[in-house]
Amino acid sequence: MAKHKLPRKSTHIDMTAMCDVAFLLLTFFMLATKFKPDEPVVVKTPSSISDIIMPENSILLTVDPSGKVFFDYDNKKAKALLIDKVNTEKGLNLTDAEKESFKRGASFGLPFNQMKGYLAIDPINQKNYKFTGIPIDTTTYMADINELAYWVQAARTAGQETGTPPRICIKCDASTVYPRVKDVIKTLTKNKIDRFNLVTSLEAIPEGTAAAMERDATAPAKKPSTKTQ
Amino acid sequence: MAEIDTSGGGKKKGPGVKKAKKLSTRIDLTPMVDLGFLLITFFIFTTTMSKPKTMEIMMPTEDSVKKEDQTKAKDYCTMTILLSKEHRVYYYTGLADDPLAPPTLEVTYFQNKNGIRDALIAHKKKVYEERLNGMPGHKADDEPVIIIKPDYNSQYEDMVNILDEMQINGLNTYAMIDITDVDKGFITATEAANAGN
Repeated sequence: MAKHKLPRKSTHIDMTAMCDVAFLLLTFFMLATKFKPDEPVVVKTPSSISDIIMPENSILLTVDPSGKVFFDYDNKKAKALLIDKVNTEKGLNLTDAEKESFKRGASFGLPFNQMKGYLAIDPINQKNYKFTGIPIDTTTYMADINELAYWVQAARTAGQETGTPPRICIKCDASTVYPRVKDVIKTLTKNKIDRFNLVTSLEAIPEGTAAAMERDATAPAKKPSTKTQ
Repeated sequence: MAEIDTSGGGKKKGPGVKKAKKLSTRIDLTPMVDLGFLLITFFIFTTTMSKPKTMEIMMPTEDSVKKEDQTKAKDYCTMTILLSKEHRVYYYTGLADDPLAPPTLEVTYFQNKNGIRDALIAHKKKVYEERLNGMPGHKADDEPVIIIKPDYNSQYEDMVNILDEMQINGLNTYAMIDITDVDKGFITATEAANAGN
């Protein structure tokens, strides 16, 4: 029997193409994404069918499961004005470095009298700070004693001065009890803010409901999705 | 003489000519690929692709609601939803303004079948049928009115869920207001009655 000789093949694979793909993806991710903002607490938001994207330059009020309120403002220019205003009105005696730290910093939840101590900390160690939440006074909800109302009002004024009035978003944990949420909402409504957004995660529209019919009517070209239930 | 050696090495050279070792121009790119994917993984984990989704809500403020603009909700249009502990939902139709005839509270949950959604759909259908029956006070453009009253032991999730149900079922007239002691009394009475069964 004649032995059939197989040609010897190299085990080396040309990696150039794979390398190209890897760096193409890398470039895409670098350009298309934004760094996750530091979050002081992990908040699991409830889901809804709303698909309104969170507006730019918004004030974000985070409420954790125990009801602590954190404040964040996604507008560096307005934040600089805001801390100047807070510094003079509340007499915090902040240094320029501490103001800069506020401008760059993420969500915080502190009463005014602890602000200086917090901002003096090195930014790397700030995330280990034990926040107590922004105090909400529930007797009148007015900005003179309700610190959350003061922050929101001052931030809105600062935002208007920079030409971009902010919208207010509330990001609250699903398991927070209603009275804590009510305090935050009352703080806003008592200060004449009646429109705001609640941050929710997206869920599918249940089939056969009015919302599903409306969606199908506005997008008739789209194939009706298969039933999942 | 300077000469470029292009031969494959088969030819014999003179004794004085040094033979340069032929190096491959191929570089092993495997480590570079590794690095590329490592960086991709890093970027995926540290960044957010999409902005979070939000739901818009409008709350009545004391200034925005003028006394003269207020119209009383019609009895047959109104449905009151009370959010209670353990994701429980109580609801009754009508205004319940007669203390002598307290409403019967139905209890349900946020489940898909026989949950609050079915109750809302049934209520909407009922209003749309009854508004055309020509009874005094019934007008053809009456819309169902939903009053949401979260109790103090309900959770934020319940509030979002019920607001979401409004959107799911196309109910545009709703209001979220504070729970009253009367409504709390209804819940306690219903709980007591159910416990007896």
